[in-house]
Amino acid sequence: MDIRRPLRPLPRILKARAKGEDPDLVEAEERAARLRKQRTREKRRAELRLGLMATAFGLAFLAVGGKMGMVAMAEPEEPAARGQAAAIINSRANIVDRNGAILATNLRTASLYATPQDMADPLNAVDGLMAIFPDLDADRLLRDFTGNRKFVWVKRKLSPEQQQAVLDLGEPGLKVGPRELRLYPNGAFAAHILGGTRFGVEGVRSAELVGTAGVELEFDDYLRDPANDGQPLQLSVDLTVQSAMRQVLEGGMQLMNAKAATGVLLEANTGRIISMVSLPDFDPNHRPRPPVSGDPADSPLFNRAAQGTYELGSTFKIFTAAQALESGVANPDTMINTRGPLRWRSFTINDFHDYGARLSLRDVIVHSSNTGVARLAAGMGGEAQQAFLGQLGLLEKLPLELPETRRSAPLLPRRWSEISTMTISYGQGIAVTPVHLAAAYAAMVNGGLRVVPTLLNDVEMPTEVDRVISESTSYALRDMLRQVVVRGTASLGDVEGYLVGGKTGSADKPNPQGAYYEDKVIGTFAAAFPMNNPQYVLVVSLDEPNIDVLGEERRTAGWTAVPVAAEIIRRIAPLLGLRPHAGNETPQAPILLSSN
Amino acid sequence: MTEMVHGAQAPHERESGLPEWWRTVDRLSIAAVFALFLIGMLLALAASPPLALDQGKPRFFYVERQAVYGIIGLAAMLYISTLSVKAARRWAVIGFVVVLVALALLPWLGTDYGKGAIRWYSFGLGSIQPSEFIKPLFAVTAAWLLAASTDIAGPPGRVISFIFAATIVGILVVQPDYGQAALIVASWTTIFFVGGAPKKLIITLGALVVGGGLLAYNTVAHVAKRIDGFLLAEIDPQTQIGYATTAIQDGGLFGVGIGRGSVKWTLPDAHTDFIIAVAAEEFGLIFTLVIIALFMFLTMRALLRLRRERDMFIRLSGVGLATVLGAQALINLGVAVRLLPAKGMTLPFVSYGGSSLLAAGIMMGLLMVMTRKRVQGDMGDILGGRV
Repeated sequence: MDIRRPLRPLPRILKARAKGEDPDLVEAEERAARLRKQRTREKRRAELRLGLMATAFGLAFLAVGGKMGMVAMAEPEEPAARGQAAAIINSRANIVDRNGAILATNLRTASLYATPQDMADPLNAVDGLMAIFPDLDADRLLRDFTGNRKFVWVKRKLSPEQQQAVLDLGEPGLKVGPRELRLYPNGAFAAHILGGTRFGVEGVRSAELVGTAGVELEFDDYLRDPANDGQPLQLSVDLTVQSAMRQVLEGGMQLMNAKAATGVLLEANTGRIISMVSLPDFDPNHRPRPPVSGDPADSPLFNRAAQGTYELGSTFKIFTAAQALESGVANPDTMINTRGPLRWRSFTINDFHDYGARLSLRDVIVHSSNTGVARLAAGMGGEAQQAFLGQLGLLEKLPLELPETRRSAPLLPRRWSEISTMTISYGQGIAVTPVHLAAAYAAMVNGGLRVVPTLLNDVEMPTEVDRVISESTSYALRDMLRQVVVRGTASLGDVEGYLVGGKTGSADKPNPQGAYYEDKVIGTFAAAFPMNNPQYVLVVSLDEPNIDVLGEERRTAGWTAVPVAAEIIRRIAPLLGLRPHAGNETPQAPILLSSN
Repeated sequence: MTEMVHGAQAPHERESGLPEWWRTVDRLSIAAVFALFLIGMLLALAASPPLALDQGKPRFFYVERQAVYGIIGLAAMLYISTLSVKAARRWAVIGFVVVLVALALLPWLGTDYGKGAIRWYSFGLGSIQPSEFIKPLFAVTAAWLLAASTDIAGPPGRVISFIFAATIVGILVVQPDYGQAALIVASWTTIFFVGGAPKKLIITLGALVVGGGLLAYNTVAHVAKRIDGFLLAEIDPQTQIGYATTAIQDGGLFGVGIGRGSVKWTLPDAHTDFIIAVAAEEFGLIFTLVIIALFMFLTMRALLRLRRERDMFIRLSGVGLATVLGAQALINLGVAVRLLPAKGMTLPFVSYGGSSLLAAGIMMGLLMVMTRKRVQGDMGDILGGRV
């Protein structure tokens, strides 16, 4: 470049001066020459770049024209929707029982939506829809169909008949999309275990199913995880046993005029829950809305077996006896002072009957003496009692695979005083769930190993690490529990051939004022069978039972929960594959309780 | 000597009035513009009655309005094309300042007509969209500044014009109107390119454009959604693009027949952004190829004519104007055939829209000024031959 060439070249300036010309003219000339050169250079470059641009535009227009031709000449395809709908993961795994029978599955059905801009006759469409679905709001539909909305959900779930009826309307703006529905083929029978689902993200082509309660919520991530490849979730529940238990319990609840009932059956050696029923219940296919008024604990949604904590009364006496045996304070034949009433400051403890001044420890359990266990527990002290109950898991939240259990911890005395120790020894002043009780009973009768209740089929067997009482203590407790049925408060609980053992409990219900009702009890029977080698623990609990026996009103567990439990065992023991024991008992007339 | 500087007429006796205009103006391009306008009228007859009826207006409401605006636009084009370069530049720069102020005041004084972006000034009779007018006016102003900057010891026109461009793009992005912003960027870039951008800078700018696009994609939700919708292989038939594609397919080579198309009933922007879909459906592929060819002709012819131009300002403003025209047509057509993501962009002279038609007229008028035949001092001129 000629940048270095000065605008006023000295030789020319000097020459111009010599001639007497204006030297500025020289500079102007130089400047003009330079500009001319620059413009020529610029023009040449611009010509090249303009050519490039024209080519680029030409190619771009050719591309657009070519694409236009390709689109226009393409074979018309069936239009296919795209987008997020396809991305909704819709492969919720099934839930099966221990034998692989389906508890929850998915059913292909349809959803109904409207695109008002495509509607031929919105008025007619509303009339037609109202004839098919009388529960819809006609005014609202009309508003939606004639307004500015481009998309309106009409019905989330359609039966095939409804779908056909909608299609028969012939309205192009009403559209039906496929949709998977969570189906519980057995209805209400395991409602509290399964919980329920709702629709999550909804699309035209599918919708997400999201767990809202029960194992559906607890294992939501697993059930929705496509990586599991449709592997079902297997529960420890047995469908037939659950069904039989619910049936008998329902009949028993009616017969005993109880307002609610609970039954828990678990394996004594593993803690696997085979059946868990809480009545009243609901149909998870049409899960009701949570109640807005009243006590939520009275709602059918409330799981009384694993969520509700109750004072379970004399069923706790076995723990006091176990603690005494285990610590060496007493053996089954040690005589205990049962003189009543037992007064402690302003508090009086009475027995249901007066059993005389002294009973052996075995008979304290068999006859369910409050004063006996209270004295025993007071002798051993509150701390030891607390430690022992803690070992059984009775003082902490239930470690069960249900989200509901995390909301209900056992109710314990604020201060574990001496009077608390006494009342807790016979199950008042402490409230736990029936599943707590069942798991603790399992440890009492299975040889002394603590089990963790579970709803899953794959569990580890308890080992010596889990030992809470010695085997010999466990054997002694089996004998006591068997005696309760043979000659004690649970005599109606004997089922021929299955060697039932157990302990009754009739706990006064606390009233809202903080005291106890005079005439309302929770009748509980915690049982195990067969007692020569206990396989199963059954807890049956009736809320406010009340039965008229030979003109006398009966509320205690021996007259209410026990016969119901006996009927349950009679029904389910064969289902569980237990062989009846050769008869060594006096036969009893079966009490038929089932509702049908 | 000064007549050599930018913006000057060649120093010769001026032949006056109509004959000179007729001899020097690009008559073929003007014919092409008239052809496009007539096609636009034809398509308006097809595409706009459903919308007019839907809004409870007379059947040919939009047709009539298009005719009125179109004729005003064409008149503006013809009038402007008679102006001298100096006069055209002066009015364009004044207009640019006015429109830039109007554009900047939009957020306070404008309206969005419920469409989410504030782009319009509402008047009793109609509305004005300043961003349509800013494009040609900006092209001329930027060309003026850049051309001046190439003078020895000239003003820093590159920086000033860049600041203007950035300001306008900023305002448009805030609206948001990424389509018009892209046109501003395109016209400034091509002016700069032809005006002698260093190669290094061209490469750097190219990288910046790609980076900015990625940024918009990653930060602005509705841009990302549109781009995704475009990139995904399957088309949802319930979107504008889906309807447009179906319409083009249905049209085939010769179309389904005048008035028999259905896309105009479903596509809300059938008369503006997706007018080409209506054309394809009712008149067929060949007809749409004619439209594409007309735009291609206008753009390329302008650019090629400008190669002879020795005046820097004329060349550069011509480039800017031709780019706006070509790029706008390309974006509109490219969207309809899914070569580009969906962007609201009218097809000059063809789409309905008062601002669009008027602005297109101004743009073509200015372009016609720039592409007029002039004595360029090369051999042909010197020998007095007719070029």
